[in-house]
Amino acid sequence: MNAAADRLARGVRRLGAAGGAGPLGRWFVIALPYLWLAVFFLIPFLIVLKIAFANIQLSMPPVEPVVTWTADHVLQLRLHFSNFAFVFGDELYVAAFLNSLKVAGVSTALALLLGYPMAYGIARAPGAWRNVLFLLVVLPFFTSFLLRVYAWLGLLGRNGPINDLLLALGLIREPLQMLQTDFAVYLGMVYSYLPFMVLPLYSAIEKLDLTLLEAAADLGCRPTKAFFRITLPLTKEGIFAGCLLVFIPAVGEYVIPALLGGPDTLMIGRVVWDEFFGNRDWPVASALAIVLLAILSGFVLLLQRVQAREREA
Amino acid sequence: MPGRRSLFVLMALAFGFAFLYLPILAMIVYSFNASRLVTVWDSANSPTLAWYAELFHNAPIMESARLSFRIASLNATGAVILGTLAAFALERYRRFRGRALFGLLTTAPMVLPEVITGLSLLLLFVALQDAIPWLGGRGATTITIAHITFSMAYVVVVIQARLATVDRSLEEAAMDLGARPWKVFFVITLPLIMPAIASGWVLAFILSWDDLVITSFVSGPSSTTLPQLVFSKVRLGVSPDINALATILVLIVTVCVVLAGSYMVRLDRRRARDAQAAFDTAS
Repeated sequence: MNAAADRLARGVRRLGAAGGAGPLGRWFVIALPYLWLAVFFLIPFLIVLKIAFANIQLSMPPVEPVVTWTADHVLQLRLHFSNFAFVFGDELYVAAFLNSLKVAGVSTALALLLGYPMAYGIARAPGAWRNVLFLLVVLPFFTSFLLRVYAWLGLLGRNGPINDLLLALGLIREPLQMLQTDFAVYLGMVYSYLPFMVLPLYSAIEKLDLTLLEAAADLGCRPTKAFFRITLPLTKEGIFAGCLLVFIPAVGEYVIPALLGGPDTLMIGRVVWDEFFGNRDWPVASALAIVLLAILSGFVLLLQRVQAREREA
Repeated sequence: MPGRRSLFVLMALAFGFAFLYLPILAMIVYSFNASRLVTVWDSANSPTLAWYAELFHNAPIMESARLSFRIASLNATGAVILGTLAAFALERYRRFRGRALFGLLTTAPMVLPEVITGLSLLLLFVALQDAIPWLGGRGATTITIAHITFSMAYVVVVIQARLATVDRSLEEAAMDLGARPWKVFFVITLPLIMPAIASGWVLAFILSWDDLVITSFVSGPSSTTLPQLVFSKVRLGVSPDINALATILVLIVTVCVVLAGSYMVRLDRRRARDAQAAFDTAS
């Protein structure tokens, strides 16, 4: 009995040591970041959920308490589903959700069409070039997102260089209205999220075994066919990862539609912002956030699975 | 046939990089334009450094830049400490209670829309305000906490990837020679993952320095970060001093990324050489 316990204790100790720290250290290593994320990430979501079920009221914070003690010491829980009924009943909110999904979907497709050949070119570039091109894709990611969106404000303006160029070429007779249109939003989306598309595609294409393509060519397979039958299926994971990395943040995007879109460019990120800051309707903003989260959580879980599979490969 | 395909790939590369860099280049060029109408080139008086001078004399911009810098450095340090611990937990402790939830909590902040993260953190801070007065209302402290929470996720990815490549036999050898776990970490593991920690710090700094949406939710009236100031200016239209600001920032980031990249390559090379030397002496 004693010997068994002793052996167990020794086993546990060795297990802890194999991880790189003693049992106390192990506990500390896990608990500290876990606690931080629980307090500042998990609990806030529970609060959003709670407020989504609350009534609006004129106070600070502008919400009625959900859980209260009544006069006779009974804990009272009042959940109002009216915010969700309001969100789903209002055409504006439904349209905003649908439009966000459409804008994100089209932007993702465009980014894939441009990003795939780019990633392919970088992965197939000779050694030294590859590192330089890779760095050039990463670099915009490090430069301010806001300022890169702002750059288009100047380019797309009525007196901007794009209109000047088109006028000089005689392609148009008067300046085009490009700012405050959906076109500008798509452009901004593809521009801002292109690096997210290229990076996973690049790592997928780089891993590709080239002898497969050589074998296909030897057997008389045409390059186009080889691309669709070999390259594309084998880089599927990269395509999935890239598309999700663009699509998910694009659905909730705020800055791009706010700066480049017109007043009628409805996107859900912007609507949440306006409900919160403009109308000070915290419950409806929270309900919108919960619905958005519900829509995106499926995609987030999918992304996690794709990335886990990629790590194993 | 292959010629035509590589021509297509080359054209896509050229178009893609032109698309990525022409707007940034245009911003840089226009920052030297004398005209107040940003995109109308005033060839008589340009190039000029007038907007740079104006920028440095703009007290609110300088003030908010200082605040952003302070928050970003504090955030990067906090995110690296917590992120290293989290990466270590995920990479080295394959099983523990709640590992799946932990994994989700460390990746979710990366992909969730910022409006959701910002809204939820603000609601937390409002709820905490009465309970914890030292939080002192919303401002630099709440912004820093919010930034650590979301930038930590990126640090975890960078450090976990590096930890996975660390040769465990080095740690085991140190342990066999009697080094205690914490000593092994500081003497063996930490130096090995140092490049990842450095790039994680830079990444976290830049994420914080750039953030607008989450910051806008959790900031108070007395704290305006640089992105908030830029956004409120830019909403009214293009502004030449913002071009100057963008040019300076692009320049700094480019220098930093190039330096960090070459530092990491050098560090790796030196370590490989040292390891080789050690093996040579041993055999």
